[in-house]
Amino acid sequence: MQADKEILIKLAQQNPSELSPDELGQTALLRKIQIPRPLVMVNSSTSGIVAGSMRTWEAIEQYAAERSIDIDLAETGSIGLSSEDPVISVQLPGRTRIFFSRITAEKVPSLLDDLFHREVPDQHVIGQLYREGQEPWKDVPSLEDIPYFALQSRIVLESCGIIDPFSIEEYIAGGGYRAFLLTIRSYTFSEVCDLVSDSGLRGRSGGGFSTGEKWKAAFRTPSDQKFLVCNAEESDPGAFMDRTLMEGDPFRLLEGISIAAYAIGSNRAYIYIRSEYKNAIRRINNAIKILREMGLLGDNILDSGYNLQISLRKGPGAFVCGEETALIASLEGRRGIPSSKPPYPSTSGYLGRPTVVNNVETLSNLPGIIRNGPDWFKGIGTTECPGTKIFSISGRVKLTGLVEVPLGTSFDTIVNKIIGGVGKGRELKALHVGGPSGCMVPVELMDIPVTYETLKEKGLIMGSGGIFVMDDQSCVVNTVSYFMEYMNKQSCGKCIPCREGTRRMAEILRSITRKPADEEGHTTLEQFKGVMQLETLAEVMKDTSLCGLGQNAPNPVLSTLKYFRHEYEEHIFNRRCPSNSCTELRSWFIDVDLCTGCSICAKRCPAEAIIGTARHPYFIDQEKCIGCGICHEVCKFTAVYYK
Amino acid sequence: MADETARIEVILKRFPQIKRNALIPLLQAVQDEFGYISEEAISSIGAHLSLPTSKIYGLATFYNQFSFTPRGFYHVVLCNGTSCHMSGSGELLSELAKLLEIKDGETTRDGMFSLEVQSCIGACGQSPVMAVNGEYHSRISVKELREIIKQYREDAGR
Amino acid sequence: MGVRLEVNGRSIEAEKGETILSALNRHGMHVPTICSMKDLSPSGACRMCVVEVEGSENLVPSCSFPIEGPMKIMTHSPRVLRARKTNVELLLSNHPDDCLYCERNGSCELQSLSEDLNIRERRIPGKRSPHKIDKSSPAIIRDPSKCILCGRCVRICEEIMATSSLDFAHRGNELKISTTLALPLNDSNCTSCGQCLVACPTGALIEHVQFPELEEHIHAPGKLVVVQYSPAVAVSVAELLGYKPGTDLSGIINAVLRRYGFDKVFETSFGADLMIMEQARIYQDRKRDGQVLPLITSSCPAWIHYAEQYYPELLYLLSPLKSPQQIAGALIREWFPKAEKEEGKEIVSVVISSCTAAKTEARRVEMTRRGIPTIDLVLTTRELARMIKLSGLDLELLEPELPDAPFYSTGSAGKLCGVAGGEAEATVRTIYAQITGTEIPASKLHRFRINKSYREMIVKAGKTEIRMGTVSGLANAVALIEELKAGKRKLDILEVMACPDGCVNGGGQPIPAEEKLIRTRSKAVYDMDNGTKNHTAHGDPLVQEIYRDLLKEAGGKLSQDLFYTTYLKREVLL
Ligand SMILES: Cc1cc2nc3c(=O)[nH]c(=O)nc-3n(C[C@H](O)[C@H](O)[C@H](O)COP(=O)(O)O)c2cc1C
Ligand code: SF4
Ligand code: SF4
Ligand code: SF4
Ligand code: SF4
Ligand code: SF4
Ligand code: SF4
Ligand code: SF4
Ligand code: SF4
Ligand code: FES
Ligand code: FES
Ligand code: FES
Repeated sequence: MQADKEILIKLAQQNPSELSPDELGQTALLRKIQIPRPLVMVNSSTSGIVAGSMRTWEAIEQYAAERSIDIDLAETGSIGLSSEDPVISVQLPGRTRIFFSRITAEKVPSLLDDLFHREVPDQHVIGQLYREGQEPWKDVPSLEDIPYFALQSRIVLESCGIIDPFSIEEYIAGGGYRAFLLTIRSYTFSEVCDLVSDSGLRGRSGGGFSTGEKWKAAFRTPSDQKFLVCNAEESDPGAFMDRTLMEGDPFRLLEGISIAAYAIGSNRAYIYIRSEYKNAIRRINNAIKILREMGLLGDNILDSGYNLQISLRKGPGAFVCGEETALIASLEGRRGIPSSKPPYPSTSGYLGRPTVVNNVETLSNLPGIIRNGPDWFKGIGTTECPGTKIFSISGRVKLTGLVEVPLGTSFDTIVNKIIGGVGKGRELKALHVGGPSGCMVPVELMDIPVTYETLKEKGLIMGSGGIFVMDDQSCVVNTVSYFMEYMNKQSCGKCIPCREGTRRMAEILRSITRKPADEEGHTTLEQFKGVMQLETLAEVMKDTSLCGLGQNAPNPVLSTLKYFRHEYEEHIFNRRCPSNSCTELRSWFIDVDLCTGCSICAKRCPAEAIIGTARHPYFIDQEKCIGCGICHEVCKFTAVYYK
Repeated sequence: MADETARIEVILKRFPQIKRNALIPLLQAVQDEFGYISEEAISSIGAHLSLPTSKIYGLATFYNQFSFTPRGFYHVVLCNGTSCHMSGSGELLSELAKLLEIKDGETTRDGMFSLEVQSCIGACGQSPVMAVNGEYHSRISVKELREIIKQYREDAGR
Repeated sequence: MGVRLEVNGRSIEAEKGETILSALNRHGMHVPTICSMKDLSPSGACRMCVVEVEGSENLVPSCSFPIEGPMKIMTHSPRVLRARKTNVELLLSNHPDDCLYCERNGSCELQSLSEDLNIRERRIPGKRSPHKIDKSSPAIIRDPSKCILCGRCVRICEEIMATSSLDFAHRGNELKISTTLALPLNDSNCTSCGQCLVACPTGALIEHVQFPELEEHIHAPGKLVVVQYSPAVAVSVAELLGYKPGTDLSGIINAVLRRYGFDKVFETSFGADLMIMEQARIYQDRKRDGQVLPLITSSCPAWIHYAEQYYPELLYLLSPLKSPQQIAGALIREWFPKAEKEEGKEIVSVVISSCTAAKTEARRVEMTRRGIPTIDLVLTTRELARMIKLSGLDLELLEPELPDAPFYSTGSAGKLCGVAGGEAEATVRTIYAQITGTEIPASKLHRFRINKSYREMIVKAGKTEIRMGTVSGLANAVALIEELKAGKRKLDILEVMACPDGCVNGGGQPIPAEEKLIRTRSKAVYDMDNGTKNHTAHGDPLVQEIYRDLLKEAGGKLSQDLFYTTYLKREVLL
């Protein structure tokens, strides 16, 4: 280990061009470009595990053991294709590595049989990864050529799914830690701030605030202690870029944190991570331990005189703790409740000290920026928004996964070209961008370049980059109502507009998606009254809520009222769900031929809407039916259907 | 009881610094050790950190991770994130509520099952997703759900 | 540093760093607030105080927004008014329509906000959160359905009363105020001080009213209904009856209570006089025997409750005496029937007090004899006001009357106990006289009356020095006791009152309890003292008479039997 350590540090200090042939050979070995034995790498990220990659792993072990084949088995993160898990990659000595999709345990023997016979199976191939000096496989597309990768600019994700997240050797051999060593050896604190300011990097969590400027505010505030906090709460359901980054390339994040901490003159950094992210926590803890052993963390790092401790804190589970002041309260051992700004954390944060809170993706951008310089970074994306952004795409799409593209790329490229659009025979209806407090982008706006400013102009926001794709079977009102209910559960409850407003809006939206219990009287009136208030409520919530949660919670409603008003009107005035997914708006009928007249449905109908005589077909009084579907559920003869 | 006290003591010793910012890690350690936070744990932690117990209760109820009732033999985590919700986890939830007669955060009377609803457990590509004691079930339908629960019941019976 | 603000077109001066609200208030401009409280940490929760600031995208909470530079502010623009109104309507959408039946009808801040904002229709429909009412505490009823989650109770209980019985629990639409593990208040560490309910803007926290029970007794044949009321009540009930704050209504109260149907009307201050006599004796004994001092007073039941929970190791320092109302009550129950030859009649003993903790105190086992509680009912100043209004009497037409003999004070010593520091002052007067044989000149102790939560003074009585101290507000008391424990201070006699400024600011007192009103009440108590010739307990002929005829001596057998009590460590979740 000792010798390894010295070589690694040396590697991290030098440009590849300055390395001796011997050292270059070392690097190739460490980067798994030259390998002595067959290598199988299994995606052991959460998405892989859920899909059964641990069973795949065991099957591979068993396969090798039964045949006494000497192979290396290693873990990787996700290459970003969550729906294709378990993804594994196989590399034979001297050959390129091939990636396969959906390799569940039972598929292992035949796959490996084929490969060890130098054959590539017809199915499950994603592509091969070309690297210098390796012999490619015939008739296997290069990863770079398949649409999913071809149109992306993978900078932050460059190593995700490729390298072993437990191995610092692989990280450093691939260029890791060069940026940090450069930082502590060649730049003063404020030079790093300036450099990052100059690069134009903006916070990737949603607001798009200049990272360098935020650092400067903290750097300039005098204090005995400053803190850097990595916000790894990633609370938006449906957003998984931060987790994928941490599971696939944890050392990159830690290097980024180290650079940021140095820039603001802090010796203490925290990673606040959701406690549910067990796999990411394991990888980060491992990485911190290794970095300490290597002397890349701790006191007097590599004799630079700079000290840094990074500790991990598990967030006990509350969406609002992603908000920075709430996060800080949580770190301090309090209820995770946001507080008014000013004062901003950068002047008075954790324990009253200047604190910079940065997002995982923001921090993971830093090694690249330092290594390649701000001008390189400015060359990517747009002038106002340089760099790339990672989006996580889910919903009614062919592929579910991460996409990293230069800012300024259109939604059309992201969703249709890269991810392959909606399923066959379906039509794209909308994109929901930015999680539960995000907004709904109509098809007409698919071509706008995605930057913080262009979206804002259209009354939309980027949020953290979750994109939920909706096709013609997805209901706009139903989706918005789900988000509002979610926000209501997640509101901290401190301030009135958010606590009560999200609740009332959720109720109103929910009431639109079901038939009123009595069509004539009271409930219809109440329902109608509620709908009339939606816009006022939304505006007052935006205007008066204390934190971003309440201020942004009405976004889905406001954007859909703007772009999808007709869907609301269909629901409200015609009591019809255009996509037929609001079950409680459905009209139910009894098939005369199938009904045996058992009368069960009539007994269970809460609205007493089913009429008939025993042993003769029953029928449903449409005036009375509230669409609950209970009759459908209880009928043993499948006689109840909907239109 | 004495055993519980001793185990709490061991945990408290791991957090010698009596600062409020040790509270959450402490509660997490207790939650991990016992599966829930007992009255005794609250009062010991309060004494250890010189914090009113109401603050501890107030904090613990704020976060999803902590519970005040023991977890079931099977801890069922159902994802109701955006993807899973749109793929029908709402129906799974009502089915679970019917099958187990419990709601989010509750434990069945016989202590067999407890239910927790999370938002996005990280496999949107395979939604809807459910985990039982860490064992994942993905892309499940209501029918499969019934089978899964039945299977666990049978396994426990053995 | 001065900064100029333009508010609604008018230019005003503000200090850099102060909040917008503080600048507005200083210039007589009014913005509604709910969650902000003087002297307590700002929370910025209710958003009622929002104002429009030019250049700011959203509205800004004036109570927590620090002024950094010049600003243009609109406090009542249509946008601001709509926001405030909508937020109140949102509160109301989760609020029962209960005003007519509500304890706080007429003194409710939510009610007056709705009135001020001209809310005339339930625009926002919705389901209300289900809640259970907690009636477990003899002093306080919690009805969470009326709670608007402003957090004032939480902050006062934590920051002023150092008790933290209550905190926010859960979140979002489940957010509620809760004790640890949602225990009933009576099983929590609540001391019944009632400060939270005075702070509460709505009817979510109210006293456990006993007034209706009184109705059952008052004209019942075979019952002798006896009432005593405390001096803090006499000087504050005026506020609820439309009199000038600070008016001493003792005479009128006597008259009203008689008309109302009480058979006897006594003064709690008589119990206080006896307590002072006994306390002086206990002090002398402890001093003589070289026991550890200070002697800590025990007249405040909330303080006793607190000490039993938090300072079991210091209980031996407490004076073993019951509170004045319990001392008077014991005499009424034991001695009065014989004296009055009314045996056979059932005595119903009622206390009217500024104190909610007295309601809980009355339920203590130690306050019963042979299984019968010494005091049957404890009513607050607010309940008295209600009773007076119900009686339909025109107070203007009533002539002031004297209370009934023998239990009233002709002097002012016992009455001083209504204000923080008063008990210590009155006790030292008697000790001084016992040591020197002369009365202490009244003015000598006036320095003890400055408006501070902790006061300390050394009184020279002949050759002996008496180091006296008084502290009010439990958080202040805790701070002081920690100093005593650490040996940083030495005292001979320490008076502790749970409520800030003492009983004039008790949990049973009129709402609102603004600082100015509290000062007026305190002044009224001191005026009682200044306006009389008899300043001491030992100088009161009625006190002398009862010692001569009945008790024989302070600390004597009968005193011990009737007036002394014991304390026990209380096992609750702290
Ligand atoms: C309700 C709410 C939730 C948030 N959740 C997250 C989150 O999960 N992750 C995150 O990095 N930032 C989140 N933020 C943004 C943070 O407050 C903060 O701005 C961010 O961590 C700054 O990082 P950046 O400058 O690198 O983007 C959230 C903000 C709000 C209002
Ligand atoms: S806006 Fe919502 S989450 Fe933010 S402080 Fe207010 S109640 Fe809490
Ligand atoms: S339950 Fe089915 S079969 Fe029976 S009456 Fe109803 S529709 Fe007919
Ligand atoms: S859906 Fe069926 S059960 Fe439900 S109300 Fe209509 S008829 Fe009755
Ligand atoms: S608390 Fe106020 S608003 Fe509510 S019912 Fe009582 S008086 Fe009316
Ligand atoms: S205020 Fe209105 S509602 Fe209340 S009692 Fe009078 S008339 Fe009736
Ligand atoms: S009565 Fe006093 S101790 Fe009890 S909750 Fe209220 S403020 Fe706290
Ligand atoms: S009980 Fe009263 S003081 Fe406490 S939060 Fe509720 S409304 Fe406010
Ligand atoms: S200070 Fe007075 S009113 Fe307050 S609790 Fe003590 S005795 Fe009661
Ligand atoms: S469009 Fe409403 S559920 Fe369908
Ligand atoms: S929404 Fe269920 S796994 Fe992401
Ligand atoms: S008074 Fe300002 S937010 Fe409540």
